Amino acid sequence: MVRLEPRQQHSQAMIYLSPVIAIILTLLSGLVIFALFGKNPVTALYTFFVLPLTTIYSLTELLVKATPLILIGVGLSIGFRANVWNIGAEGQLTMGAIFGGGLAIWLHDSSSIFLLPGMIVLGAVGGGLYGAVPALLKTRYGVNEILTSLMLTYVATLLLSYLVTGPWRDPGGYNFPESRTFPDAGMMPIILEESRLHFGSILAVMVVIGGWVLMAKTVIGFQLKVVGLAPAAAKHVGFVENKLIWFGLCLGGALAGIAGVSEVAGPIGQLNPSISPGYGFTAIIVAFLGRLHPVGVVFAGLVMALTYIGGETAQIEIGTPAAVTGLFQGILLFFLLASDVLTSYRIRFGRPKVAEGGAS
Amino acid sequence: MSLTRRSFSLITAAGLGLGVAFGAFSASAADKVKAAFVYVGPVGDFGWSYQHNQGRLSLEKHFGDKVETTFVESVAEGADAERVIRSLAQKGNDIIFTTSFGYMNPTIKVAKQFPKVKFEHATGYKRSKNVATYLSRTYEGRYITGYLAAKMSKTGTAGYIASFPIPEVIRDINAVTLGMQSVRPDMKMKIIWVNTWMDPGKEAAAAKVLVSQDVDVIIQHTDSPAAMQVAQKEKIWAVGQATDMTAFGPDAHLTAVIDEWGPYYIKRVQMVMDGTWKSSDHWGGMPEGDIVMGPIHAKVPAEAKAHAEKLVAGITNGTFHPFTGPISNQAGKVIVPAGKTMSDGELAGMNWYVKGVEGSIPK
Repeated sequence: MVRLEPRQQHSQAMIYLSPVIAIILTLLSGLVIFALFGKNPVTALYTFFVLPLTTIYSLTELLVKATPLILIGVGLSIGFRANVWNIGAEGQLTMGAIFGGGLAIWLHDSSSIFLLPGMIVLGAVGGGLYGAVPALLKTRYGVNEILTSLMLTYVATLLLSYLVTGPWRDPGGYNFPESRTFPDAGMMPIILEESRLHFGSILAVMVVIGGWVLMAKTVIGFQLKVVGLAPAAAKHVGFVENKLIWFGLCLGGALAGIAGVSEVAGPIGQLNPSISPGYGFTAIIVAFLGRLHPVGVVFAGLVMALTYIGGETAQIEIGTPAAVTGLFQGILLFFLLASDVLTSYRIRFGRPKVAEGGAS
Repeated sequence: MSLTRRSFSLITAAGLGLGVAFGAFSASAADKVKAAFVYVGPVGDFGWSYQHNQGRLSLEKHFGDKVETTFVESVAEGADAERVIRSLAQKGNDIIFTTSFGYMNPTIKVAKQFPKVKFEHATGYKRSKNVATYLSRTYEGRYITGYLAAKMSKTGTAGYIASFPIPEVIRDINAVTLGMQSVRPDMKMKIIWVNTWMDPGKEAAAAKVLVSQDVDVIIQHTDSPAAMQVAQKEKIWAVGQATDMTAFGPDAHLTAVIDEWGPYYIKRVQMVMDGTWKSSDHWGGMPEGDIVMGPIHAKVPAEAKAHAEKLVAGITNGTFHPFTGPISNQAGKVIVPAGKTMSDGELAGMNWYVKGVEGSIPK
């Protein structure tokens, strides 16, 4: 019989080493997988994980891809610290894009410098309000936020689809389901010429710094951590758990909302039914891979972005199937969870010893 | 400290990689036409993307080593598409086929930056000097589907799994309905919008809902064979989408409307070779061999099969057009008078249902 037995002492170093180990194991599995595909494993790994880092353009694309993941990941990790399980960032992203993008569509003739800031604020409000719904249901009625936040994602997607096939449809667009394109004043400025790197990436950096300050230097950050680590103790010293649930969900929602605006006002430039290829869900992996730490989330976001871009590069260069991207992401998560489990538990073979009874 | 050193060595490696990649590129560029394809689904969807990939393969077969093809599958319609299209243009491809509607704006955007590369966008309406568009007249096959559905249906109700309310889909729904009404004027058409091109789970769920509403022929405008499998299980009929789906429902496969992209791809690549390529709007159907009917199921009576074949022949030689009046809208108002045929322009922007379709177009 195989059992998992909790370790008496956690190795602090292992908590941070575990993602590194997971990445290394993923790369090793990659060698095997590529060999099974009949590709030269070394060339394939090089194409997948190194080639995208070799040109300025693909590096900027990496940042473009990582931006929404980091924006959302920071917000989610703050909530996760306090055991607030917001699974619906994809919906909050969509709602943020609807709020922010709606302003750009409404003011489509505008050239005001206040349009973009207005869109970002509205995006945060939209995402935050959408995060508030599961918060209300959880604090008032005790409904599990995993379920409600996830299901609300589908509602948001359908609302977006309704808007772009109906009231917000491009009047010159032959009924095709997309809005008019945003005016220049409603677009994220490009920060590096000849690339798609836009102001959203700077927002992400600001959010990372803000998230770090919040968690490391403020009282509410301290409360969030205590609630997560020792809920009973938190209650004992009178931290209001409900307040933290509201905070976690609304903040996570607001940041996902900003990510939504950053996408539609960045590389997309309009509202259409497919504004996100699941960034809100991928960001959950990013948050855990980044150890629920704002700076860790930056690295994790970049690694995840690399798996996407590497997947495309490998398709173009050596003809591997698109599914390899998903495969790598899955393997990475698997090894991460496995190393985390082995950090806090040890594997024991055989039956538990009866002699230990009463020793505690 | 170690971090600095690591990033330094990374930059050195980057420089080397660039050199290697560049060398390889200039060596292989010798007067081959390089054609690239961007697919919205996996090539294994056994529907839309699969069929485009068949077109790519027939291109390779036709030109042999005079052509070199690349494809990228499962590219999301959105921010990712632009990067993929640009990477393919940067890689020195001469002609790039982007095969889903959502690639329209990214294609136009990238094409501006690469004026020497030719772009071909399927199903869209925006063109430029180096962006052509192409589409199949699927409605020709759909009409025949409708005729066969009406012949085989017991319940008098057909169902349509619809993707997005764009003119192409509305037009095809109408074509099926007109085909049905040509033999059974009271035949009904129920529609479920799934808001996706490919999602086997949603497609199967939609098929089950249709079955529960008395539908016994399912027509789909989505790309996976999931609905066909449901039809097989429920012992009803279904029509293959874009490709022959007999393998997924041998007893249910009424027929299929097959997109043959090969002839167009070969023609356009030939034009690139001859230096005669020009932006244009291609809309091919049965006469061009772009639309082909799949095998008609053996259980269909010989008389119905013969009539279906007669319809195909009529469309192919131009004596019959599915959108010939009288055609009324849902309210019963005659939109196309008797004897008149709808123009390509009218068909391209079709945004109303014909009489007999249930529900309203999502707004």
